[in-house]
Amino acid sequence: MATAFLLSLALGSTNVPVGRVLEVLRGSPTERDGAAIVVEAIRLPRSLTALLAGAALGIAGLQMQTLFRNPLADPFALGISSGASLGVAIVVLGSGMSVAAAFGTSTGLRGDALLIGAAIAGALAVLALVLVVSSRVASPTTVLILGLMFGYAASAMVTVLVGVSSPERLMQLAQWGFGSFSGVTWQRLRLFAPLTIVGVCLAAAMTKQLNALLLGESYARSMGVAVRRARVLTMFGASMLGAVVTAFCGPIAFLGIAVPHLCRGLLGTSNHRVLVPAVVLMGGSVALIAQIVSLLPGSAGILPLNAVTSIIGAPVVVAVLLRSRRGAFAG
Amino acid sequence: MKAATTSRPAVPALRTHDLAVGYRSRRQRRAVLERVNLAVDAGELVCLLGPNGIGKSTLMRTLARMQPALWGSVELGGIALESLSASELARRLGVVLTERVAVESLRARQVVDLGRYPHSGWLGGLSDRDHEVVSWAIEAVGAHHLADRDFARISDGERQRVMVARALAQEPLMLLLDEPTAFLDVPSRVELMGLLRHLTRQGPLAVIISTHDLELALRTADVVWLVVPGGELITGAPEDVVLSGGIAQAFEGRQVRFHAEERSFRWLTGGRGTAAVRGEGLPAAMARAVLEREGYTVVVAPSTAETLVLAVGETGWHLSSDEADVSGHNFRSLAAYVRGLPSKARKETES
Repeated sequence: MATAFLLSLALGSTNVPVGRVLEVLRGSPTERDGAAIVVEAIRLPRSLTALLAGAALGIAGLQMQTLFRNPLADPFALGISSGASLGVAIVVLGSGMSVAAAFGTSTGLRGDALLIGAAIAGALAVLALVLVVSSRVASPTTVLILGLMFGYAASAMVTVLVGVSSPERLMQLAQWGFGSFSGVTWQRLRLFAPLTIVGVCLAAAMTKQLNALLLGESYARSMGVAVRRARVLTMFGASMLGAVVTAFCGPIAFLGIAVPHLCRGLLGTSNHRVLVPAVVLMGGSVALIAQIVSLLPGSAGILPLNAVTSIIGAPVVVAVLLRSRRGAFAG
Repeated sequence: MKAATTSRPAVPALRTHDLAVGYRSRRQRRAVLERVNLAVDAGELVCLLGPNGIGKSTLMRTLARMQPALWGSVELGGIALESLSASELARRLGVVLTERVAVESLRARQVVDLGRYPHSGWLGGLSDRDHEVVSWAIEAVGAHHLADRDFARISDGERQRVMVARALAQEPLMLLLDEPTAFLDVPSRVELMGLLRHLTRQGPLAVIISTHDLELALRTADVVWLVVPGGELITGAPEDVVLSGGIAQAFEGRQVRFHAEERSFRWLTGGRGTAAVRGEGLPAAMARAVLEREGYTVVVAPSTAETLVLAVGETGWHLSSDEADVSGHNFRSLAAYVRGLPSKARKETES
């Protein structure tokens, strides 16, 4: 992971030698040239963001997969990313025809801040709905299906908005949908970092409950787990992580599904005491690598991050599906 | 029959007072079983029996506090069930369910480790004593050869064994098992029941099992709770319950009769008359089984058999009557031959 981190600092539209990067990191640049500024102001926050976002999505995916005992659950299983998309779509697309134009037309800081706010609001709205409903529903499967339904409803509303919008605004929305770690500046990292770290710590503090939940809710209850509380806390934690990452970086696909499976496969265990730290490391590394790959075209531009994560993620999900045919998750 | 008053422990492992179990909706409560008064002593193996859909699972779930009682109370080791915290309850009661547990990449020992949940700290780290208890539990169910195997890759019977060890690792007063043998093959069923019986003999553990395996339960249990249609609960030693006629009341249908002495069920087939078997040992017993299946009432004394008398030896069977003299050397040919015989009614008119 350290290597990936350094590489992500070194590579980019202008390459900076690794030695220089280390110098900047030590805080003793021999001369404050352009390279030092690029590393410090752009690449360092970007890499830190990738690290945190990858860890957050991996952890959230792990929590959801365990909670729902479903190998294909991800941080957005409860419709979180659709909620965020709806929030963003309302702001971006609605701004042209409403008073919100005052914010939306400016592409500067305020506009971005507004996007983040809208994404969080949309995600939280969906999360609140799901939490309220799930406190009345016994079966986790029902909760999962309800989350999916909320997600579909939100996506449908986005589609409706898209249908009545101008091309420029659609472009802006599509850009957000590509996903990117570059939009997070030092200033935003101050909010982003604590939120993700708190979410990851919440998961780390619940490894005992998560392990017991591996046997299903009935057994977990019989061994003394306060199942409802554990379920709500886990859903809240995982969804918060998903929502925060989505708000700051866009809806980043697949990391949440793929990273926990990679760790389980590599380490051969479902024990969360091992998995939680492993997923943090693996999630951070994979996100960094995806970030590096997305910059590979160099000066030619950048690949959409979502395309990169999906290219990594899809084969993993396929492999997992094929394995589960052989009985790993059957029965 | 009243239970003999021997030296009983002061506090039963489990006791219910006028318990009613069932379902509640917003407006009303629908009781499945009412006025249930039961007591289980430490060291007893109880089997809960009854036809499908009569409320066995509801009762089990209520005793395990997986659903609330409608009325009345349940005491576990002398303390009201509802006053226990989640982890206090888990330290008193271990549960094994029917469901197959699908979990990937976890060793059997790690599954048993999970049983220490109510005893370990908030991060779930296990102390030396925790590890000792886990090893003891694995040993107690005879699963040490499974401990390091992947839980997803062992047989259903072995998995239930490990799940019992996990419940034991909670160090409970009582185990509650809801149809634990439902998915198991016959040897695994017998082994699991034997294991549970063995566990009650080892320590002060009480065990309640709900099961459909009537014949096995009647052979293994110390106490049977039998729910009969109408919601009445008959309790007692298996022999008491058989003698009371409860088994017949609960399970007999138009097609089956309960054979009390053999504690097993028989087909009710059309009366093809009475038959007797001459011969000894297993071959003779098998021949009787064939004749019963084909609809004959088998009697002991050949002189009282009205329809046919069969001779069985080491080499095969032989049937001689006025009309025929037939023999064969396996039971398939015997069954085929007697199926071809005319029914009793016609035979009587002939003779």
